[in-house]
Amino acid sequence: MLRFLQTLDRRWIFLAMGLAVALPILFEARFPEKPTAVAERAFNTINNLPDGSRVLLSFDFDPASEPELGPMATSLVRHCALRGYSMYFITLWPFGPQMIADKIREVLKEDFPHLVEGVDWVNLGFQAGNEAVMQQAKSDFLRTFPRDVRGISVTQIPMMSGIRTTRDFACLIAVSAGYPGGKEWVQYVVTPERGSATPLKAVVGCTGVQTPQLFPYYPGQLDGLIGAIKGAAEYETLVNDKVEKLNPGAPIPPKYQEAVRRMGPQLVAHVLMVSLIILGNVIYFTSRRRGGGA
Amino acid sequence: MRRLLPLWIAAIAGFTVIASNFIPRVLGFGDLVTEMFNVLAAVAFVLGAASIAKVHLTKVSAKRPGWGYSVVTLLCFAATLAVGFLKVGVAPAPLTPDLPFSGSYSEPGGAIWWIYEYLIAPITAALFSLLAFFVASAAFRAFRAKNLEAGLLLGTAFIILLGRTAASAYLTGWFPPAIEGLKLENLSLYIMQVFNTAGNRAIMIGIALGVAATSLRILLGIDRSYLGAGE
Repeated sequence: MLRFLQTLDRRWIFLAMGLAVALPILFEARFPEKPTAVAERAFNTINNLPDGSRVLLSFDFDPASEPELGPMATSLVRHCALRGYSMYFITLWPFGPQMIADKIREVLKEDFPHLVEGVDWVNLGFQAGNEAVMQQAKSDFLRTFPRDVRGISVTQIPMMSGIRTTRDFACLIAVSAGYPGGKEWVQYVVTPERGSATPLKAVVGCTGVQTPQLFPYYPGQLDGLIGAIKGAAEYETLVNDKVEKLNPGAPIPPKYQEAVRRMGPQLVAHVLMVSLIILGNVIYFTSRRRGGGA
Repeated sequence: MRRLLPLWIAAIAGFTVIASNFIPRVLGFGDLVTEMFNVLAAVAFVLGAASIAKVHLTKVSAKRPGWGYSVVTLLCFAATLAVGFLKVGVAPAPLTPDLPFSGSYSEPGGAIWWIYEYLIAPITAALFSLLAFFVASAAFRAFRAKNLEAGLLLGTAFIILLGRTAASAYLTGWFPPAIEGLKLENLSLYIMQVFNTAGNRAIMIGIALGVAATSLRILLGIDRSYLGAGE
């Protein structure tokens, strides 16, 4: 038995991982999510903004991280739309425009058709330059994003009047998969405003890999942190609870339960990982006791 | 002169941006430099594209091993560039229906949208998802509690892996309020907020000091490695 485990073909492990991810998806395994204090703080930061607030949404991710960040972006846009905030979409990633377009189509156009482009939300698209774009937006937002994705000058877009710098937004929501992203937004835009009378609030949603790098900024420089699909599931639960209170008994469309659904495969995959680590160590120590190498 | 000019440009641009953070009168110059950087960043995309074309064309013409993949890369590159520039399948913008090229290149139904939706998105997502298989294999073969440090790392990994899923509720959800802090989700959060934050802050401060020192060396012309070989 020990010999078999020592020489176990890695393809069996691949198969186990494949099943660990596939079976919960096929059987639609769902587990309840109890929001943590961190998710609640992110939710409350956005929820407690004054009515009609201007919110800057920077979607700095791509299809590779969409499975992890897509559901939280959906919940964030839905939450802002429910609260009636003015939404300004931008991205610093070349694939970001598609991410923004997906969420606008999926959430705003399908479920909030009364919201008007240019009045309630605007898609200002992609701008190359990483931190330099952030720096410039901080001092002259209109020069940094002179047109929306339709090619219309920002001077002709009603909701752009009154916007000069990032100080004119009530909150920055960055959904970020890496560089440039949440960390750079905090360093270049949010932190310098921290000492002002009306500091720019900031909520960052990020991948699991990025979460440990962003915790040092929380809660001093970051008002909310949504970490990985777990954080997304907690945030999604909070938004769904809010909708349930507003509209009791109304069915929740599957697209607003994506993060919770994706936690099923994550649970089984994590349990498998822990089991594999334990098994690997049992083999290692047993082999060592018997005088063999591992 | 060929090396002196870039040095001066870097020094003036760098010190202007630094000064603009402290002297309000210099803010306008700082913005100008930042704007110039944004233009350069956009030009870098063109240079990047030219570089990809050069590397793969060289590989194909020399018939180096794997040149067939380079042909596929070049064909995909050319096709994407062509349909993007020509806005194939894109309807004119609703506000300017008489202008055929006024629609957004990424409009649903257009060729670029199709490439993104049915090629780029599934390919990149599939490649990223392979990570789970390799991590599982590595967990089985390499993650050993050989000493105290490795044991601590292993214990932390268990807490985080289980604490970030519903497993924590099943395993430790029954803990009485007196020991609530030992619930896996709370332990996981504690590790992230205390130990991780302390370690990360130390690393970040170290990196920031290093970046400041290196930046100064570049701006003062002491470190010229960014200009390329030859000096």
